[in-house]
Amino acid sequence: MSKLNLTRRGVIKTGAAAGTALAMPTILTAGSHAGFTNAPTGSSVTLGFNVPQTGPYAEEGMDELRAQELAVQHLNGEGDGGMMNTFSSKALKGNGILGKKVEFVTGDTQTKSDAARASAKSMIEKDGAIMVNGGSSSGVAIAVQGLCQEAGIIFMAGLTHSNDTTGKDKKANGFRHFFNGYMSAAALAPVLKSAYGDDRQAYHLTADYTWGWTQQESIAAATEAMGWNTVNNVLTPLASTDFSSYIAPVLNSGADVLVLNHYGGNMVNSLTNAIQFGLRDKMVNGKKFEIVVPLYSELMAAGAGENVQGVIGSMNWNWQLQDAGSKAFVKSFGEKYGRPPSNSAHTCYVQTLLYADACERAGTFNPCGVGEALEGFDFDGLGNGPTSYRADDHQCFKDVLVMKGKENPTNEYDTLEIVEVTPRAQVEYAPDHPMFAGGQLGACNPGA
Amino acid sequence: MFGLDKKDATLLVIVAILTLCAPFLLNPFPSESALAQFNAGYPDLMQRFVIFGIFAIGFNILFGLTGYLSFGHAAFLGVGSYSAVWMFKLLSMNVIPAIILSVVVAGLFSLLIGFISLRRSGIYFSILTLAFAQMSFNLAYSVLTPITNGETGLQLTLNDPRILGQSATADGSIPVTSLFGLEMRSTYELVMGPWAFQFNAGYYLCAVIMVLAFYMSIRIFRSPFGLMLRAIKSNQTRMSYTGLNPKPYTLAAFVISGMYAGLAGGLMASMDPLAGAERMQWTASGEVVLMTILGGAGTLIGPVLGAGFIKYFENIFSKINDTVLHSWFSFMPDGLENLVVMLVYPFIGKGWHLTLGLMFMMVVIFLPGGLVEGGQRIRRLFRRKDDTPAAKTEPAE
Amino acid sequence: MDAIILQILNGLDKGSAYALIALGLTLIFGTLGVVNFAHGALFMIGAFCAVTLSKILSLSYIILDETQTDFLGKPLKVKVPYAESWFGPEIGAAIIDWSVPLAILFSIPVMLLIGFAMERGLIKHFYKRPHADQILVTFGLAIVMQEIIKYFYGANPIPTPAPDVFTGSYDFGVLLGFDPNVIIYPYWRLVYFGFSAIIIGAVFSFLRFTTFGMVVRAGMADRETVGLLGIDIDKRFTLMFGIAAAVAGLAGVMYAPINSPNYHMGMDFLVLSFVVVVVGGMGSLPGAVLAGFLLGTLESFASMNEVKSIFPGIDQIIIYVVAILILLTRPRGLMGRKGVMED
Repeated sequence: MSKLNLTRRGVIKTGAAAGTALAMPTILTAGSHAGFTNAPTGSSVTLGFNVPQTGPYAEEGMDELRAQELAVQHLNGEGDGGMMNTFSSKALKGNGILGKKVEFVTGDTQTKSDAARASAKSMIEKDGAIMVNGGSSSGVAIAVQGLCQEAGIIFMAGLTHSNDTTGKDKKANGFRHFFNGYMSAAALAPVLKSAYGDDRQAYHLTADYTWGWTQQESIAAATEAMGWNTVNNVLTPLASTDFSSYIAPVLNSGADVLVLNHYGGNMVNSLTNAIQFGLRDKMVNGKKFEIVVPLYSELMAAGAGENVQGVIGSMNWNWQLQDAGSKAFVKSFGEKYGRPPSNSAHTCYVQTLLYADACERAGTFNPCGVGEALEGFDFDGLGNGPTSYRADDHQCFKDVLVMKGKENPTNEYDTLEIVEVTPRAQVEYAPDHPMFAGGQLGACNPGA
Repeated sequence: MFGLDKKDATLLVIVAILTLCAPFLLNPFPSESALAQFNAGYPDLMQRFVIFGIFAIGFNILFGLTGYLSFGHAAFLGVGSYSAVWMFKLLSMNVIPAIILSVVVAGLFSLLIGFISLRRSGIYFSILTLAFAQMSFNLAYSVLTPITNGETGLQLTLNDPRILGQSATADGSIPVTSLFGLEMRSTYELVMGPWAFQFNAGYYLCAVIMVLAFYMSIRIFRSPFGLMLRAIKSNQTRMSYTGLNPKPYTLAAFVISGMYAGLAGGLMASMDPLAGAERMQWTASGEVVLMTILGGAGTLIGPVLGAGFIKYFENIFSKINDTVLHSWFSFMPDGLENLVVMLVYPFIGKGWHLTLGLMFMMVVIFLPGGLVEGGQRIRRLFRRKDDTPAAKTEPAE
Repeated sequence: MDAIILQILNGLDKGSAYALIALGLTLIFGTLGVVNFAHGALFMIGAFCAVTLSKILSLSYIILDETQTDFLGKPLKVKVPYAESWFGPEIGAAIIDWSVPLAILFSIPVMLLIGFAMERGLIKHFYKRPHADQILVTFGLAIVMQEIIKYFYGANPIPTPAPDVFTGSYDFGVLLGFDPNVIIYPYWRLVYFGFSAIIIGAVFSFLRFTTFGMVVRAGMADRETVGLLGIDIDKRFTLMFGIAAAVAGLAGVMYAPINSPNYHMGMDFLVLSFVVVVVGGMGSLPGAVLAGFLLGTLESFASMNEVKSIFPGIDQIIIYVVAILILLTRPRGLMGRKGVMED
């Protein structure tokens, strides 16, 4: 009728008769028990995929979900194995993780910190998820990272580009594969210099929230270092849909480059509006006016349509890369879903493999063991060239792609082309860089 | 009992019993069965049920009694959350000072906004409250970031002073919220055969506070003050002709409901110490309006039902994905299985909004009095048949 | 000076979108006494009429191009629109290019039908119900419409460009004696302004100069008396609802090239349009138009750097500040009548 079960939700399940239990509810605090949160007991292990399924980033979320489902298939030995064949670590055997079949639960972050935490909590408390993966905005990533730290499970951030995720808000249980604003800026600056020269006047439009600020700070610092001058930085409300009143004054400001520190719907609209004003057809200071979108995503580029043509930006990964890992991933993703994967899909796929691999190497699901296995881990064959997880801040260091909107796209997925693969050495920074200072990883928390 | 008549006392006792037994009632399905997807008896969701219940009860004191439709109540909830988190950052991790501060701050904030907004009535009042709340949201998201931490939401860090507590625990993590040492997140799990029930300290704190809040709302509804508020709803002009000034009464109702919202915000932060700006957005204000109308505005229990209904959809339906569907219908032949999954899929998972929208329309079309009317109709149905009262599905033990 | 002229242009342009949406909303308030939270969704559906027509016109068949490969290394599928193979490449391309203006014709019957269906099927039963119920049912309907669009078109914005002749911008400054490139404004936004002026004018003259409009105005003032006079006001109100839906839809069609339509664009405009309507005064058509342009212009000015450096973040809240100030000084908005929606 009742049994002693020492693990599942990191709480003590006591085998007492129902009557006595109800009469004397002994309340036991979490943390008093050796072990870790949601240690898998049966023949399976549950991963939590927390992505936006409603709201403006729903398509990004769906693509992340597709990639994660594919990763689960590959981990369980179904399908063609994808990047598991090209991954430099050979710990994964296609029999799940540590011999346990991989199962997953999904949730909707709604791109709101509150909803994302609620959804992650239900995965942890109800479904017994051992890790949470995914997401499509920095605010959500930081909020869920804090939650996972507290609950004692591993968090692998999805698409989050703010410096803060592995900067002032870094957490011991959180890991980020995606690149960040600083790396975008470091990769873009040399390309911008060779494309547009070192004597440019830049006008920044910046989304008025933390991600926008950190990116603007990074881009301004990197471009000023090579000789550009920042004419102005205008903060735009997140809720803006029509950017005309911010774009109209740009031409008269003496600027000859417009930097759009926007993402998602904001970026689609601000870029569309800037093109409507014909900015890219104008000559200012004797130079052709240019627009830069520091962070690109395929889905948003598709939303902006032909407006992206010739506009330079950066990306974490792109399906056009020709290395063995990328080709293997694009092939298995493309054959399953009939479309090339986006860069957020790639990140979520890779993180699922990295997590599984770290469990195998550590020989445990204990987040502290897994974290140790990930810290300082060097690997290759996952599409970004030689990559390493830095132990100091749990940020991945790898090559960054500089992209340009393609002039003559052949189909709806073919919107961007790779201009340059900026080598990793150029985008690295010290862990105590001022843009990343102020936070501490803290101690790893295994939960109960 | 407690100064209530028999009917109200029965209602209060029923509500108290239901909330105390919620961990059983909300987990009717064995945890390994396919239907376990519909179980809602885990701490986070149960906390949300009662916290939003408190929020809706408070909102109903204003809207249900006076008829003043505020579209900015989420601002008070947000302000409450921020004050509670600041208390955790600066003072200690004990929830009592945090909750007290959040109620006080929300009360002051609602006094200010109510004083201005109540100069108008009807839709003009609604838009004034909406404008104040949207201003709070927009500012919290951007300019006020030093206070609110903007997009990310206000979080605890290892560097917080916490003068009466500790900045970090011995093992280097952030301390957790507690009630004089009883950690809010501590959960006692009872396993009975295939069932697992979770009893969470935080939930029971919220539940006790909700029962108290519910009791207070009954007292307000039955008091001369409540009668005065109803008079405002039915005919304000006539009321002022009798020499009564309605303004102090509505303002009092506004502040009380603002304090309820602050209480809900404070509890929310106590259960999960994070305060995000989205809590103040107009959609959040709209949600409590929908909860109240859906459950039955002006009824005692309606708002709580409405809150539970919406939160259940948000948290349970959004998590059903196509893999889950396939596992449910896997007994069917392949072609039929795919067809059924294809037909059901748009309504769950990423399509949970669609189901919610349809439910709103269904309820308001067929049950003009909200869910409460649905309950009454069912009861009448059973009475007419002279049957036993509706049997609740209790898990067999 | 040039900056001010630019922001006036921006204000007129934004204001024309606000005014068009608010016009339909206040028509429904004024005539039917219904709080329609689905009005933003009607605007969104209008924009998706443009998307749909452009998809229909560019319906394609697929030929395999053996010389190129797609991302999986298979022969590239090249889409050839039927329009191009039927009418020849040039005329075909022109038809596709002009899909947004053509969508005006397409959207009017569609929106009228949606409006009629909504009024007859749903709204009619809510005339006598409290405003709260109307809010709940129309909000539910808005979610349903939104999700249906999301199901068919996805959540991503869909680029819907204006015809090529309207790309680029017009140099106003030269006209006024400024240097070239100082005051430029996109052609399509100028078209939008002109278009909305025509629609607003048409609605006003329809109500002012036709017998039908006279009856509707009488109905707005005193519905019961008009009914007692033996006039079937219900039928006219159905038509009014259809017209309001069509106005919102047209606003959406023409807005599609300005910002790529997505399924939740209606919700973005919903709160704003309510603020506009209330600032203008409930049920007042001129009030709604006036408030639309006023708020649009003020919003544009608030986003100027000079203003923002004095009041940081003012562009975030200007609409609400103005709304509060106006409602506190003028109890029924700019041009509202006593007793409308005050209980």
